[in-house]
Amino acid sequence: MSTTTETVKPGPAGGALSAKPSPTYGSPRKLGDTARRDRWWIGPAWVVTSLTLFGIYTIVRVIVSTRYSGIYTDGAHLQSPMFSPDLAGIFGFKTTLPWSFLVLWAPLGMRSTCYYYRKSIYRSYFLAPPSCAVAGAARRKYDGETKFPFVFMNFHRFFWYAAAIVVGFLWFDAIRGLFYTVHGTTHFGVSLGSLIMFVDVIALSGFTFGCNSFRHLIGGGLNCFDCSSSAKTRHGLWQRVNILNVNHRQWAWISMFTVWGTDLYIWLAGSGVFTDPHHIF
Amino acid sequence: MSEHEMKGGPRTFQIWRGDEAGGELVEYHLETEPGMVVLDAVLEIQREQEPDLAVRWNCKAAKCGSCSAEINGKPRLMCKTRLDHLPADEPIQVEPMRAFPPIRDLVTDVSWNYEVNKKIPPFSPRETAGEIFEIGQADTDRMSEFRKCIECFMCQDVCHILRDHRLQEKYYGPRFMVRLASLEMHPLDGVDRIDLIADQAGVGLCNITKCCTEVCPENIHITDNAIIPLKERVADERYDPLLKILRRTGRNRRDGRKKV
Amino acid sequence: MAKIDTHSYDVIVIGSGGSGLRAAIAAAEAGARTAVVCKSLLGKAHTVMAEGGMAASLGNVAPEDNWGTHFQDTMFGGKYLSNWRMAELHAREVPDRAIELEHWGAVFDRTPERKMSQRAFGGHTYNRLVHIGDRTGLELIRTLQDKTVHSGIDVFMETTVTTLIKEGDRVVGCFGFRRPTGEFISFATKALVLATGGSGRIYKITSNSQDCTGDGYHLAYAAGAEMVDMEFIQFHPTGMVYPPGVAGLLVTEAVRGEGGRLFNAKGERFMEHYDPKRMELSTRDVVARSIYTEVKEGRGSPHGGAFLDVTHLDPEYVKMRLPSMYEQFKELAGVDITKEPMQVGPTCHYFMGGIKVDADTGQTCVPGLFATGEASGGMNGANRLGGNSLGDLLVFGRRAGIGAAEVANGLEPVRLSEDAVAEAHRQAEEDLTGGHLDGAENPFKLHKELQKAMGDGVGIFRDREGLEEAIAKVEVLYGRAQAARAPSPRPDYNPGWQLCQELRNMTTVSLMIAKAALLREESRGGHSRLDFTAYDDYWAEHNIVQRGTGPDLELIPTPVLKKDDLTELVEARKLQEAAA
Repeated sequence: MSTTTETVKPGPAGGALSAKPSPTYGSPRKLGDTARRDRWWIGPAWVVTSLTLFGIYTIVRVIVSTRYSGIYTDGAHLQSPMFSPDLAGIFGFKTTLPWSFLVLWAPLGMRSTCYYYRKSIYRSYFLAPPSCAVAGAARRKYDGETKFPFVFMNFHRFFWYAAAIVVGFLWFDAIRGLFYTVHGTTHFGVSLGSLIMFVDVIALSGFTFGCNSFRHLIGGGLNCFDCSSSAKTRHGLWQRVNILNVNHRQWAWISMFTVWGTDLYIWLAGSGVFTDPHHIF
Repeated sequence: MSEHEMKGGPRTFQIWRGDEAGGELVEYHLETEPGMVVLDAVLEIQREQEPDLAVRWNCKAAKCGSCSAEINGKPRLMCKTRLDHLPADEPIQVEPMRAFPPIRDLVTDVSWNYEVNKKIPPFSPRETAGEIFEIGQADTDRMSEFRKCIECFMCQDVCHILRDHRLQEKYYGPRFMVRLASLEMHPLDGVDRIDLIADQAGVGLCNITKCCTEVCPENIHITDNAIIPLKERVADERYDPLLKILRRTGRNRRDGRKKV
Repeated sequence: MAKIDTHSYDVIVIGSGGSGLRAAIAAAEAGARTAVVCKSLLGKAHTVMAEGGMAASLGNVAPEDNWGTHFQDTMFGGKYLSNWRMAELHAREVPDRAIELEHWGAVFDRTPERKMSQRAFGGHTYNRLVHIGDRTGLELIRTLQDKTVHSGIDVFMETTVTTLIKEGDRVVGCFGFRRPTGEFISFATKALVLATGGSGRIYKITSNSQDCTGDGYHLAYAAGAEMVDMEFIQFHPTGMVYPPGVAGLLVTEAVRGEGGRLFNAKGERFMEHYDPKRMELSTRDVVARSIYTEVKEGRGSPHGGAFLDVTHLDPEYVKMRLPSMYEQFKELAGVDITKEPMQVGPTCHYFMGGIKVDADTGQTCVPGLFATGEASGGMNGANRLGGNSLGDLLVFGRRAGIGAAEVANGLEPVRLSEDAVAEAHRQAEEDLTGGHLDGAENPFKLHKELQKAMGDGVGIFRDREGLEEAIAKVEVLYGRAQAARAPSPRPDYNPGWQLCQELRNMTTVSLMIAKAALLREESRGGHSRLDFTAYDDYWAEHNIVQRGTGPDLELIPTPVLKKDDLTELVEARKLQEAAA
């Protein structure tokens, strides 16, 4: 293949020269090579920034500050989603390690094998490709998700099973957040913190139950939607999951920020920076 | 935008001219009419300025998928791209699809796609299908999305596996994932295509970066509704030991389909 | 002379639309070595534009429907000029063709009983059209395309045929060039099927693809075949009128089938004045003339059409049932059809006439030459019902394929005469390289002139003066078209080169239309004369058959081909109409 011309030749009707390159089929491609003129790099830049910050925050948080994994003032029991389930509180499980390591693999594993996150991670971190019709990073060999390590993406459903259990515990946590233990008796109470926890668990449920794997297992894997009564039921469920799945990207981002925000709120309130406004009935 | 706001006026076009030996962008000026699409402009240039400008087109109604090109760097149908939807203050750049070998100017050699299609076993009704098919509308609706495909091959063009990595030997491309999905989800099809999907068609190479979905002029949710469900079906067979155990106990997931 | 590849087959089909592919499949199944030669890529044929559906009396929605009623509807729609046998075969066989398509993988919308659903359409007594959304033609083409590539049929894509080659009386092959490279190519074949579609591109305002340039009409005529009913052209009532670039683009009849209403600028539902019984679902000729008349008399919409309104329907229903119309108006005209009415006007849509063929086999009067689909004439008489073309493609495509294979199976291999190939080569080469010579005509400019002449003189309404003027102009254009040469001599993908040949096809077709239109001194179906506005008893019984050489056309009024056992059905329908 020949190389391409870097200039624009005036047509029969004349016209100015422009210096836009015109790469064609088979010509050597450099990372970022494109004829697009819009700011295609904003998307990947945003993903890299926010996911990296979220990652750093998570690592720092689970290592350094297990002490502030919840708000316990005035008999409250508001558990941070990053430290849920509360193994010590619920099961009496004692460890000197940051216990969230024992549970956090499930939601984080689900997120990193999630079909939506795979798209943004492959695009933003692996530049394969960074954006549509933009040349990707040069690779010796491209194997997609057929070889180690990415072949493990195919096990998404197992992370989903575990993460769905965690979501169950988060609902438990949110409801438990409505009850205060005052002098040994249980009182109903509300607080800004528990409101935030409900928002968080709703967002996480929207994300989890809009998952493509779940969508397949609940009904999408059927070849006939109306050949039996169970198929009809599963078709109905599949249609509901579709409603969530269409916005899976939005649910992914919203729930990531609600987890972050909820944890930060509980961290700060739990460590005494401010008091969680609450009312005990 | 309502039709009353349509604008015409002078516009500049940079059209790629060349063949397999190479080429360049050539600039043309045109007085445009309101509501014109890129194909109108290209044909006007062909009629009035450059009679041998090669362009492939047929229906000019976004139904045949012939006039695929890259407009301002993005794969689009020329007949469906209105000039007044493109930035007015800069030239409009029209290039051939880059993932296919150029024939001349805006025309590319898309014959590879037709070779791929030959490798996919056609629909073959299962033995129990009967003479008069009974199918539900729910299944029809799901298949119908895939069968909307007009074979413009812009998804093939933008797919980085084909465009950047040139793995035409290993991956059939999004268009044929859509085709396979329409067969796989046909309630009366009798062929087991899972090995084909996983091995020869190479669904595992897709890293679901969704550019195919972004460029589809028929708004087919290629990734979410075709490719991911196929990946999940492959996962059922190859990456899910739990299902394997369940299947041993009598449930046949492949639904009586036969390997060919 | 450069060496020209010759490919030998039992059956060659020219055209890869619905009828061409169906013919090829049938021929291959009958044991013939078959190839399809087509101008475009496979799957891009004009058939993809068919939206509404395929009429088949399956009776899934209306159990009382049967082939007899479908036959009667077709005859009435065709103003009793159809070839009775063709209308019968079509009505009888189309249900089987629909079922067969499903077995090949086509997917159609369903009834609650899980059978193929059927929708209402203009001129059909019952809900009869098998459909999938508003893209039934695409479904048909894709199904046939897949069947074709898995039936061992060779496909020569982007190959333009410039002439048929004969040996004595018999057609034995064809000559052309491959568009991507400009290489010449010839085919030797025992039987040849023309499935080249219509010729809408002779008009500026048309719903037709750019490929519809009447190639088969001219190829067959030049080979000595007869043409029939060429004066009857269907102007679809509803094409887009704005913006200019999309003028003529089809707005499917399904819009009216689903309940769309037509209004003029005064807000009147004007079909009340023209066909109060059927209203918007009257036959296409009536609706097209009604819109034309409203506009002509000053009651048109701002862009010179009528308003087609679906805003009274549920927006979600509109988006589900008419998705491509919704999209088309939103993208191209900036109109949300669930909120604003569409502006529509007549657009050249379909050629009822075509190559005269035997009803049962698709055989023309030239040995070895067959025709099917829109390229053939007879089935639709003076006007085609919506929904009758897709069935026509399948029923007669299959019959022509079988007919061709039967002839081919009884013959020894044929050879092309070197002289004939050399002559075809010389002409094609001259078209390509003669652009710089004195007297060479620019095909792009000629095409524009032809479209203007036909639009002005041979449009939806015709009269003697206009027709005579058009004939004079087209005769000149016919002569100039012989001198059309590609403006550039590059052989690879040269659009001007292709157009040279197409112009000769189109000017010949235009002459056929204009001359037959002048002869038929009455108004009937797709032929309306301002100077002869009523039906005529003589013409009610006659088709115009044409044959000849070059521009010298012989027009022969020929009695309609009837069939005794169908008289009862036809008479019953006539009585029924008279009573209404």
